[in-house]
Amino acid sequence: MSYKKRFDGRKLTETRPMIAKIGVVKNAVGSAMFQIGKTRAIAAVYGPRELHPKHLQNPSSGRLRCHYNMMAFSGSGDRVRPGPSRRSKEISYVTEQALSPVLDLSSFPKTVVDVYIELVQTDAGTRCAGICAASMALADAGIRMKDLVTAISVGLVAGTAVVDLDYDEEAHEEGAVDIPVAMTPRDGQITLLQLDGDISKEDFAKALKLAKDACAEIYEVQKQALKEKYTEDKK
Amino acid sequence: MGEIKVKEKEVVTPGDILASGMDYIPTDGAFRDGEDVIASQVGLVNIKGRLIKVMPFNGVYIPKMDDVVIGRVSDMTFSSWFVNVRYAYDGVLSLKDASSDYIERGADLSAYFAIGDYVVAKVTKVTKSMAIDLTMKGPGLKKLTTGTVVEITPQKVPRVVGKMGSMISMIKETTGCQVIAAQNGRIWIGGKEPKMERLAIEAIQLIEENAHKSGLTEKVKDFLTKGAKK
Repeated sequence: MSYKKRFDGRKLTETRPMIAKIGVVKNAVGSAMFQIGKTRAIAAVYGPRELHPKHLQNPSSGRLRCHYNMMAFSGSGDRVRPGPSRRSKEISYVTEQALSPVLDLSSFPKTVVDVYIELVQTDAGTRCAGICAASMALADAGIRMKDLVTAISVGLVAGTAVVDLDYDEEAHEEGAVDIPVAMTPRDGQITLLQLDGDISKEDFAKALKLAKDACAEIYEVQKQALKEKYTEDKK
Repeated sequence: MGEIKVKEKEVVTPGDILASGMDYIPTDGAFRDGEDVIASQVGLVNIKGRLIKVMPFNGVYIPKMDDVVIGRVSDMTFSSWFVNVRYAYDGVLSLKDASSDYIERGADLSAYFAIGDYVVAKVTKVTKSMAIDLTMKGPGLKKLTTGTVVEITPQKVPRVVGKMGSMISMIKETTGCQVIAAQNGRIWIGGKEPKMERLAIEAIQLIEENAHKSGLTEKVKDFLTKGAKK
């Protein structure tokens, strides 16, 4: 229990400052930017469009396809090797799984909805920022959804439960546990839950509670951004 | 008793609770979850009696029966044309729906519609798996040989047309151009003067950018009268 004061002076239950913006990629059907602290994700949605290879087509529903990518210059220091990697493939897959429960693609049989998530700048919590941006971009693209999806990473830093870990905390010398969580804010269903490290049952419950509260905050930011685009200069 | 939780014309996002209770019925852009009616798209709320609808701001074109669309011929076979209507898959225009002429076996079909041609067509059938059938038989359905085609978000076509066609007739009158606004968000503009055609295109782009704002008709009117004087 040595970690009481956080490196950047935040409270234990406080997320980094968030910025959300809609319509950042004009060519796409829908797009969004989500920034939490230094981590910034851009998501662009194309489709529903023709799906190739053909054997992936589902005659009763559309498919969701996510592409997660960290830009070469996005890290702090070393260049990130560009192109697909084992890590980015896995994150693309879990992002798909996190978003598909809320999507209704049944009116677009045999098509695909492509979601491209680019991380421009990274400081931990990238998959969560990516999911937040992607869910806003999908909503902006006019795709039917049961709910938005919010995501945040929680965990233990040197035994203390904290919300929204940044890179310095993840790399804490006394060890850290990282738990990315995605949930639907209306009914609190969890669509993504990963865990890296050792954690007790009690601490886990504590961390999950933190995630739930943070997700409610993120939801407001997302909603605000989506509404802002259409109400900006209305008196 | 049911209760409405939002105002008419309020902007909502997916997951927003629009009403509670079984008295209200969700239609387009909304769905029921237990007792609640919930929005499934970003858009404006529209309440008509017991029916609750969300009019989306954005999206791709989804073909419906009887829609008039502007398509681009993308491919052809011995007896049909494939026409891009801005959906994921092409619509099919079969020979018998394309022309009432007698066409001899083995005739050159590109004399009717060649690849790249724009046509005004009507959707006759959309199957469950979204196979789209088109026809060219009907009033106003024709090949477009002159003019310009612009693309806008399909959801914004009603704003370009206006109430009882007020907006589109204003554009037609001030610019002297002919305008066809198709449901799939393609708009054809044909005018004698290129300058006026340009003005009509700019007016349509202005409508698209400001589609969600009020006082749009006035704004477009100002723009058109100023532009026509130049």
